[in-house]
This record gives sequence, structure tokens and C-alpha cells, in this order.
Amino acid sequence: MLKSCSCGSGQCSSNPLVDLGTPASRRSEMVSLTIDGIPVTVPAGTSVMRAAAEAGAKVPKLCATDQLQAFGSCRLCLVQIEGRRGFPASCTTPVEEGMRVTTHSPRLAELRRNVMELYISDHPLDCLTCTANGNCELQDMAGVVGLREVRYGMAGENHFDAQHAAPIDDSNPYFTFEPAKCIVCSRCVRACEEVQGTFALTIAGRGFDSKVTASAGESFLDSECVSCGACVNVCPTATLSEKSLIQLGQAERVVTTTCAYCGVGCSFHAEVKGQQVVRMVPNKAGGANEGHACVKGRFAWGYATHPDRLKHPMIRKSIHDPWQIVSWDEAFQHAASEIRRIQEKYGRKSVGGITSSRCTNEETWLVQKLIRTAFGNNNVDTCARVCHSPTGYGLKQTLGESAGTQDFLSVEDADVIIVMGANPTDGHPVFASRLKRRLREGAQLIVIDPREIDLVRSPHIEAKYHLPLRPGTNVAMINALAHVIVTEGLVDEEFVANRCEKAAFEEWRNFILRQENSPEHVAEITGVSAELIKAAARLYGSARNGAIYYGLGVTEHSQGSTTVMGIANLAMATGNIGRRGVGVNPLRGQNNVQGSCDMGSYPHELPGYRSVKDDATREQFNRYWQTELDPEPGYRIPHMLNAAVEGIFKGMYIQGEDVAQSDPNTKHVHEALSNLECLIVQDIFFNETCKFAHVIFPGASFLEKDGTFTNAERRISRVRKIMEPLAGLADWEVTMRFARALGVPMDYKHPAEIMQEIAALTPTFAGVTYEKLDRLGSVQWPCNDSAPEGSPVMHVHEFTRGLGKFIVTEFVPTKERTSRKFPLLLTTGRILTQYNVGAQTRRTANNLWHHEDRLEIHPEDAAERGISDGDWVHLASRAGEVKMRAKISERMQPGVVYTTFHFPDSGANVVTTELSDWATSCPEYKVTAVQVTRSGDPLPWQTEYREFSQEQTSLLPGQSSLSKAT
Amino acid sequence: MAIRVYVPADTTAASVGADRVAAAIAAEAEKRGESIELVRNGSRGMFWLEPLVEVETEGERLAYGPVSKSDVPSLFDAGFLDGGTHRLGLGPTAEIPYFKNQQRLTFARVGLIDPLSIPEYEAHGGLSGLRKAIACEPQQIVAQVKASGLRGRGGAAFPTGIKWQTVLDTPADQKYIVCNADEGDSGTFADRMLMEGDPYCLIEGMVIAGLGVGATQGYIYLRSEYPRCWKVLNEAIERAREFGILGPSVLGSGKAFELEVRLGAGSYVCGEETALLESLEGKRGEVRAKPPLPAISGLFGKPTVVNNVITLASIPIILACGPEFYHDYGMGRSRGTLTWQLSGNIKRPGLIERAFGLTLKELLYDYGGGSASGRPLRAVQAGGPLGAYVPAEDFDMPLDYEAFVERGAMIGHGGIVAFDDTVNMLEMARFALEFCAEESCGKCTPCRIGAVRGVEVIDRIKAGTDLEKNVQLLESLCDTMQYGSLCAMGGMTPYPVVSALKHFPEDFGLVGERHRDKR
Repeated sequence: MLKSCSCGSGQCSSNPLVDLGTPASRRSEMVSLTIDGIPVTVPAGTSVMRAAAEAGAKVPKLCATDQLQAFGSCRLCLVQIEGRRGFPASCTTPVEEGMRVTTHSPRLAELRRNVMELYISDHPLDCLTCTANGNCELQDMAGVVGLREVRYGMAGENHFDAQHAAPIDDSNPYFTFEPAKCIVCSRCVRACEEVQGTFALTIAGRGFDSKVTASAGESFLDSECVSCGACVNVCPTATLSEKSLIQLGQAERVVTTTCAYCGVGCSFHAEVKGQQVVRMVPNKAGGANEGHACVKGRFAWGYATHPDRLKHPMIRKSIHDPWQIVSWDEAFQHAASEIRRIQEKYGRKSVGGITSSRCTNEETWLVQKLIRTAFGNNNVDTCARVCHSPTGYGLKQTLGESAGTQDFLSVEDADVIIVMGANPTDGHPVFASRLKRRLREGAQLIVIDPREIDLVRSPHIEAKYHLPLRPGTNVAMINALAHVIVTEGLVDEEFVANRCEKAAFEEWRNFILRQENSPEHVAEITGVSAELIKAAARLYGSARNGAIYYGLGVTEHSQGSTTVMGIANLAMATGNIGRRGVGVNPLRGQNNVQGSCDMGSYPHELPGYRSVKDDATREQFNRYWQTELDPEPGYRIPHMLNAAVEGIFKGMYIQGEDVAQSDPNTKHVHEALSNLECLIVQDIFFNETCKFAHVIFPGASFLEKDGTFTNAERRISRVRKIMEPLAGLADWEVTMRFARALGVPMDYKHPAEIMQEIAALTPTFAGVTYEKLDRLGSVQWPCNDSAPEGSPVMHVHEFTRGLGKFIVTEFVPTKERTSRKFPLLLTTGRILTQYNVGAQTRRTANNLWHHEDRLEIHPEDAAERGISDGDWVHLASRAGEVKMRAKISERMQPGVVYTTFHFPDSGANVVTTELSDWATSCPEYKVTAVQVTRSGDPLPWQTEYREFSQEQTSLLPGQSSLSKAT
Repeated sequence: MAIRVYVPADTTAASVGADRVAAAIAAEAEKRGESIELVRNGSRGMFWLEPLVEVETEGERLAYGPVSKSDVPSLFDAGFLDGGTHRLGLGPTAEIPYFKNQQRLTFARVGLIDPLSIPEYEAHGGLSGLRKAIACEPQQIVAQVKASGLRGRGGAAFPTGIKWQTVLDTPADQKYIVCNADEGDSGTFADRMLMEGDPYCLIEGMVIAGLGVGATQGYIYLRSEYPRCWKVLNEAIERAREFGILGPSVLGSGKAFELEVRLGAGSYVCGEETALLESLEGKRGEVRAKPPLPAISGLFGKPTVVNNVITLASIPIILACGPEFYHDYGMGRSRGTLTWQLSGNIKRPGLIERAFGLTLKELLYDYGGGSASGRPLRAVQAGGPLGAYVPAEDFDMPLDYEAFVERGAMIGHGGIVAFDDTVNMLEMARFALEFCAEESCGKCTPCRIGAVRGVEVIDRIKAGTDLEKNVQLLESLCDTMQYGSLCAMGGMTPYPVVSALKHFPEDFGLVGERHRDKR
């Protein structure tokens, strides 16, 4: 039995591996009863089963699990209740005051044994060779009820023998479905409905013919199944089993860690055998995910041991030279001497670096520390620059803190939810499941997005309003919504008067009342009717609890920061800040976007979002670090690239970001990178950026190191080492030794020591320690003396900045406009099974679902151009041209096309432009004027780049498989 | 004035040629230049006389039957339009003892009126209950239903007024009245006869229920095997809406009630109220665990009255004549009348509405006339396919809910299926398990797997394999199903099995008396 609980017994109710049978009741009134004579007091609405579990009684069960609503089908959990007839099922019977329950008696034992006998009469007796051997609830329960014989024999009608067994469905790459072992408890079906919200599974047939079916009798792969694994998770038998478990057998230990994909930051129990992960099981006690997961975190971790992993440090003089494998020391010495040489030749500020939102807080901290202390300048930026920098800026200006206001759990109390420029079912699937559950409970949804995303309408949910605005018109839309709220008296005057700056509000109110912000006027700009805008505004404005969730569709615009501020204005105006169920919630793209920003990865800000120009802050760091920090802000990423093209910026240390693929206007980026004299790349794969590098520090995956990630809800969670780094060093060790080679002393024995330094120097992290994280599982910053266990909801009594500040948000259309030459607007996004530039997911079986990027185009636009589904098309903008295949889709509005950017081949960023957010330089990925034509030959750019890639691959030391020819 | 001739449009009558007879009468009248008004009424419930043709002369209805198409010219020749004598003549319908000796409260109008005529419905006392209800506060309506002693006629016999009180007392923005018209028990047809013969009575009952508990929407969940019923109900609902019985202001009261018929899809278990609600919501017809009770969280999670057709159709008369009137019928805790349905091997099958209290023997012999085969009756099955078999020696027991339960039987929906002494009770027990295997929803284990194993065990008993051991196993299985199942489907399947085994051990190859004594 795998054990993981704080008391160490493995049996207590705080142990997430102990299943209490039914979900906790959220009611507050308490009820007292006795279970087998033991008094117990539980919240009203608790099941007798759960109450019994809390009293320490174990009632046998099969169809019940505390992750699902009670179902009452297995009939093993029957109990006796004084004064009641028969044998009620304890899972479906709620407690009542004074109830006297008996969970064990000879009569109950007889009934349970006889029910179990029926189960086993239709179950194969191959326990010893079964995948679930040792981990099978059916086996456990047969033992518990003392089943000794099957009086019916095993020769009756059944589902398991050669004549009757349905074939195993192994179509899904990660798990198998073996109907012969199914006990029809419906847990999988219920998990698909209640937990995931996809409704892909059902029970077909009735009576003895009842069987679990994916969609309408399809294979799991062909069905609507999104492979989240919720069904596998709850299956009490071997019917739904991870293929890795089938192959490797039961694990020997459990390590709790945090997923390294999106900003939801799911907690997992990594089940491990030696250094081999057997499976990743979502942690029920995980604050962000509460036992749920998605196809990426649950299954797509095989990339960590993919043959393409970089395992040796390498150096070369020019990017046309072959790579040389060197020792770590040689690599550090070479890199350090190159940096010093460049600085001597081109000046102190001619070098800089990029921290990674994929790495841990501790690693990010060290990289920025290295740049500020060893490089001696503030040329440090992070990949958050290209995603959520407007969030940091916009929320800091208005609310006073560069972070979302809520925890994910908060959505349970939301009544009206706006989702703007985000596609949670693909980008943040585990949060999307929570959101969908709340919608099924009756909350109403407003989707503001050019595309008809899944949330607009999917099984058992439907948005009340979908506002399909033209890309690039977010600010106009937000202003119009505010206009309706102000003109129709929906402003929460009391909140505004008590919590916000009066003068700023008045200025904003006068601005928002202007005719240009009226729905009628904005309808022209956005293409969304005034009536629809008004209806949506009224719905949000009159909600008891209104919550806004947004994503990169808000930030990655030339007015990204303005929209973020507009969203904050809207929330403040309606009083939707400072309690559960409300708030302004950025859905962060990567696992540690929040953390990398918190850790001071900005050229103008030290950790904790404090200006480098602030003497007192600098002084604090100077003392602690024994250094003299540069008071001048450094370069942002786009400035670094521009300076490189100009020839005044010559050296870079990039940790875990593939700028060559992910940054806009690829040609420009490539030109910049080619101009560098020393590019040091630290990554787990030979990515696109590596092709321009001179030094490679092989990185470590999240399975190979200790540290912490901070998710979109400011939740700091532990990442724990499961295997030794493939290249010998964890990323924090690499940075530390690189710093030493540069002559700056860094000496940490463990990332816990780095966290001590973070806590000492960052007020919002002051109370964070590894000991506390181990104890609580996770904490949400601010975590300090006034909130020692963290802060799920922010700005409760006052804003971080004191009074909330309304900021005027004038709509300024992007310079990127459609024209005769480029009549369509391109916008970009993610798909569920792939992740960002795809470096990880492309090296997993997730390619089965999505193996190329396609251009989604409305049937009318396609017809006009003679394009059919699957045709190769040219996609051209003023920045460049690429070729990809078309997908005709009515999710698009006419005039707008869409693509994902997971495959380097498709080069979606070749066409995106250099335009960016006015405040933060966040690129305008979401609006590019393009033309689409049917295509024949590959493009010169693509041919050229393919040749360059082939050359780069050939330069690798005898490892042609190191990188797939990309 | 045209002479009114009644030929039932009822499904049972139609199954023995009523439609052909009606057409022949119409054609014959036209041929002979006779002016008649042909009324397609409901059935009087004397099935051995169907098609039962009635002629209205001088305010009296004279019956002829069973009439076949070929009898029609001779009826005209005999002057049946004036009550002329004919070999099929039965005299005044009201004087036929089978009919005369009934106490028709709920079925007062069935067979008497044109089912779709609202004026006739009103002329025979219809709508007076609803009018009284409109004048009442909801609590007064519920109080009258409670005082009447009416219990659910679907089979569970739960006090109707208490159920209504729960729904009334549960605050909600929407409540529902659901009529369970999934009449799936073998040997039952009362619901269908009522709906085909007097649909407004059900509609009125549902509207009163709506007023009583504060529900504004009703659904009739009708089994798909009742196509005639479907037509009649929809036509009646449409007319009721035009008349103002349904709609935003019921009879001008300002209170709304709407009604819709929904068809089932051929599942027996959807007659179980929670499975019915699932099906009505468009989901797989699977039983829900209780609690929550449907009265608190029913259709779409809202407080819902789920009542059987006869229960709801008994409401108008309770309101019209007062609860005491209804309560005065019956015995013990079984108040009012029950609509017994006689079928199987019986000479005079049909529907008999009588107050609780008469004996099974009276029902079977005084009404039913004994077996159709002329052989001695050996057993009856009461209460549908999951009801117990009652042996002939128990025929003296009174028809009363508690009396039945005392002897391990159930009145259920009032269906009585008779068997003569040629019946093999092992086969009947096997059939019960087979039926359960066929109709189980598959949710709970005792029912899903138990029924299949039960058939296998009985087959071993039939083959004489390890007889004692397998009989014990069958008894053990029945115990598991009875006490372990989620709903009455699996929980009651053992009744016919155990009763057959108990009363007829010889059919299972056991030495009769010795085995019986052991039990």
C-alpha cells in the first residue's frame, strides 16, 4: 500500500489516499450520531458512509469514491439504522441527528458476501496476472467481506470468458479499456460527467448487457474522450489501466510534485519505481486540481526520457562549426570567458539573459541574480514578456499587485462568469472542468472571443452570450460594457466610494460615458451588435458574484495592458473584487509564469515587482548579495533582439525559452540570434534557438530537480526530484556554477536555501519555507506575518495599493489593419493535446491527436479562395509567408483565420509582426493581417530553413537522432 | 333526433373488432337510411362482452355483445335501434350484474360518455372538483386529499396527501406534477382504460394537484405501447387548453397549469418513479438512489409529485364530493375503491371497481366466474409480474393492502392474473427472474447479475441437479435481491419466486408437505 499523509500512518482522513466514500458536505450546521456506538459529529448533508469513515469505521464499498457524488449501485455499503426498515446504502443516506448506525453485523456480512459473490460470478479469476493485482478494490472488498466460494460457479452467462469477452480497446496511447474486467460501477462514466464534464462515456444496454461505452460505441481514441484520465483514476479494477502500469507493474514509492505544463499547476503523486515513473496520479489534496488532471500532465511526461534529451554540455566557435562535447567545467569556463570577452569588447551592457517560466522559482531567481550581479546589468527578461506582461502591468496599476485576485476554487461561488480571450478547455483544461461544473450548477457564462470556442456550446453547458468580436477590438468592447454598466446604474457606488480613488473614478466615468464608448458606436468597431453588448453588460453588472477570466487573447495585443486595466475597471465598478466568486483572473500560459515574474525577471523590476530605480530596494539587495546593482533598467527581449541586429548586443544566456520559435517575426529573431557572438542556451532539447547557439547547457526536466512553481492563482507548490538529472546537474546547479565561473560566489546546497533567500528579500514571500510547503501542501502568496498560511483571495479589505485606481482606457486601433493585399485577420492559440512550441508534447504520443498545425478558415473565406478542407495554403503577412494545411471551420467568423503554433515547421510566427503592447512590449500575436491562397510549392523561406536545420543536425556530435529534422 | 349508438374505441374492444363493428354499423345505418349518432366511448370493462354495442333508448342504455361485424345486419333487422330483441341482447347495461355490483367512483364516466366531449364530461360531474379546488387555498386541497385516505394506486400505496404535503412545503421556483402512465405490469389495464375512456378526469386531477402543491407544469409519462391513448390524451389536452382547463389561467382562476404527454421507450423499470424522472429528463432510464425523495428533488431537481393515473384520476371526486365521501369506502387503512383488473385464465375478464374489503374469492368467482378453461383455479398472481402467487387456499383473504402484506403478497396496481391447475409454478418462478433479467436497468448488482444467476439456478433445479443445494442457493439469492437491491424491481422479483417455492414445492421437485413445513 502506498502511503502519503502527514501523520505517516497512511490511514488518517487527511491522507488523500484514504477514500472517504462521498464528497465533503459544504454545509455548516453540524449533526451528531453514533456509528457502531462511537459518537461522531459531521456537517449536515454528510453521508453515513463518510461519517463512518471519519469515525474510523470501514464500510465496504465499490461504486463510491469521495471524488464523485454517491450513486448507490454496488450495494456493498449497506448498513443498519435503528428504527429503519431494511438495509439502507450508507453512501446515499444522509446523516440525521441522533441516528444510530450499525456497520457490521452477521446479517450485513451475509448480504455483503452474497452481493460480492454475484460480482465475482461475472469476473475473471486471474488476479495474479492482473494489472490491478495489489491495487484492486474488487480484490480488496472480496477479502473484506470474506468471500470463500462462488456457489453459482463460473460457467454461467458472463462477460469474461473467451466466448463472451469483448475485445480490449487499446486505441488510446496511454490507457487500455478491458471490458471483461468491468463491474459496471459507472465510476468512469460519472467521472467523465462530474469531474471532467465531457460526457464522453455512457452505459449502453441495460440489465446484464449494461456496458461502458465511449461515445456511440466508438473506440476511446475515436470518441469524444479527451484523455484526461479521470475515468482511469476512479476505476476500481483493472478495466481502465495506464499502459505504463501494465508494462512496469506497481510502483514502490510516491513523490508529490507539480505538473510542468500550463499555469493551472496541478499537483500529482508521481508513482515511482527506482528512478522510473510508473504513472502520474492527480493529487486529491492538490489545491489547484483537487484530484483532476488533463492529457498532458497525466500522461504526456514521456518526453523526460526521450532519446532527444540533451545529455552533455557542448560548445562551438561559430554556428557553422560542429559541436564539441565538453565537461561541465569546460563549458562553464568557455561560456564565462566568452561573456567577459564580449563585455570587454562591447561594454558591460552588451550581454543579457532570459529566465524561464518553465523552470522553478529558485532557478529563475538565480538566473536574474547572475545577470544582475555577474553580468552587472539589468538585461534580464522572461518569456512572460511575450504572454502575460500586460497582466503584470495592468493589475499593478489598477489594483496594486501583478497577479490574479482569486484561487481557482473561488469559481464555485461565481454566478456570472466572463471568459475573454481564453480557451480554457484547451489551454487550461483542469480549470475548465471546474468552470463547466459551476456552469452546470447554474452559473451563467459570457464568452468574448472571435472564435466559437468549446465553452460557447458543449455537452450540458452553453454560454448565455457569445460576443464574437473582431480581433484587436478588446478595449472598445470592454469600454462599451462599462458604458452600459455606468449608464444603466449598475455601478456598485458603495464599493467605489469606499474602496477606490474618487478623482480617478470620476475621470473614468466621464470618459466611459463618451459617445465613442456607447454600444451602438462600438458595435461598428467590434462587429458585435449593441443589443448583445448591452445584454452581456447587464448580466455581468447585476450578478451577485461576477468573475472575469482572461488569457492571452487579452494580453497579446498592442493594447494588451489597456484591456487588462479595462477589465480591472469593470470589476471595481461592479464591486466584484475581494471575496470568493468574483475577481480578475488571468489564466497563465506556463507553469511558472507567475513565479518567473515574481522572481524579478524584469529589466526594470527587482523581485516582488520593485523598481530597480528604488534606492532602498536596491540597497537591500546590495547588502544581501554583497554587490552594487545597476540602477538603470535593462533591455526587454525585443530590445535585446533589436540591439543584436544593430550589433551592440552580443551575448545571451537563455534558460528554457525557444525564442527562435516562439517570438514574433521569426526572420527578425533569426537575424538577431545570428548576430550574437556567444549564445548560451540551457534547455532539455536541441530546440530551434540551439541552432544559433555557441554553448549548450543541457537542462533538467521537472522530474529531475527540487524547487517550486507558482501557478496562476499565486499558489506556490513543491516540485520534487524523482530521478537524477540526465546530464548530471539540475538547472539551479548549472546557473550556480556558471556564476562561480564568472567569479560571483554562489553556494546553495539545496533549493530550500534559495527559497530562504527569496523569502528574506521578497515581502510577499516572507513567510514561505519548504517546511511550510511540506506541511500545507502549497501556499498562495502573499504569505507573510499577516497571512502566515497564504492568501487565496486578494484585496479583501483594501487593495494592495490602498485605494483601487480607475484608469482611462482609450481605444486606439492597432496599426495592423486589413488591406486589399492582406484582407484577413490571423489570430493564434493552443490545442488541448499540444503545448506551446511543442518541444515536450511533440515528443509524446499526443501527436496522435494533433500532428500538425492547421489554418482554420470560415467556409465563406475558403470558398472565395477555392480552398477545400485539407488543402495546402499560403499564409502571408507583411512580415513573412508560410505554408500549412487548411481546416474549414464554422467556429471562425468570416474574415478571421486561426492557427496553433505547436510545430516549428509551420512557422506561425514567421507571419506575426513586430507590433507590441505599448506598455510592456508584449507582442501582438493575436492580430496579423494576412492573405490566404491555395498553394503548390513549399516556400523559399521554409526550404531555406529546412536546409539550415539539416545542417545544424549534421553538426551535432554523432547524434543525428538528437533532434528530429525540424 | 338521431339515435345514439355506442361502440367503444378502447384498445381492448378494438383488439376484438370494435372498429370494424363501428364501421359496419355506420355503413348499415346509411344504407338503411337510419339516422344514428355513433359515439366511440370507452369500455365498460366487461371484456368478454366486447365489442359491446350500446343503444340509448328513452334515457336507458341497452347492451348487445359480443358483436361481430357479421352480426350487424341482423341487429338492424332485429330493430336494435329501438331496443329490439336479439340473441346478443344483454338488456340494460346498468343492470348487468358484473357492472351493477361495482362502486364506480373513479371510473364513473368511463364507457358512459364520449371521452373527448367536455360538455358531456361536465354534464356527468366533471370539473366540479376543480372548481371547488380553485376556491381553496393550496393547504386546504392537500388537507382534503390527506383526509380522504387515498393511497398511491401505482403499487406502493404511499399516502397521496402526505406526498403532496412534502411538495407543498418545499419552496422552489418551479414544481412539477408527473403522472406515471407507464402501465407495465402484466394483467393491468386500468390506467389505459381511464385515459382512453375519460381523459379529462386525469387532466382535472393533475390540475388540482398543481393547484394543491403550487406546480404549474405537468407531464404524463406514457408507455409507447399505448398509441390510442397517446392520440386521445393529446386531443384531450388540446381541447382542455382551448376550453381553459389548461393554460395561463385555469378556468379563469389566474393560476397557470400546462400539461404535456411524453412517450417512454419500452422500458419496464421506467415505471419506477426515479427511473421515470431520469427518462423524462432525456437520460438513460436508470433508477436514482433515494433520498432525495422526488417530492423534494424530482424532475430536473425540482419538487415533484409523481402519482399513478388512477391516483390522480381519483382526485376530482374527492374534491367534488368531499374527503369523507371517499373515505367512507373501504376497510382499515385501505380507503376508497380500487380498480381490480381480472385477466389470465378467467371466464369473465375485465375491470371491477370496488371498495377495499371484498375477498379474492368473490372477485374471482362472483365476478370472474372461475377459470376460462373450466378447470379449478390453482393460483393467482396479484400486483404484476413481481407480485406474489396466491394459492387457492388463500382466496378467502380480503382485498386490503395490509392483509396482502401480511401474507407476503402485494396488491400493487390491482392486477389479478388467474391460473388453472395446469400451471407449472417452477416455470412461473423462472419467468419472474427472466423478466427481471430482461427489464433490469443494470444499475445495482443484485438485480443486474442476480436475475441472470436466478434463471440459471432454476434451470438446474428443473434438471434436478443438486436439488437441495440449488434450492437453498435460490432462496439465498432471493434474500440478497430482496434486501440488497436499489429499487423495487430487484427487491420484488423474489416475491413470485419465493411464493411459488413456498406454496408449490412439488413443482420444484421437492417433497411437498415436508418442504412446506420447513419454511
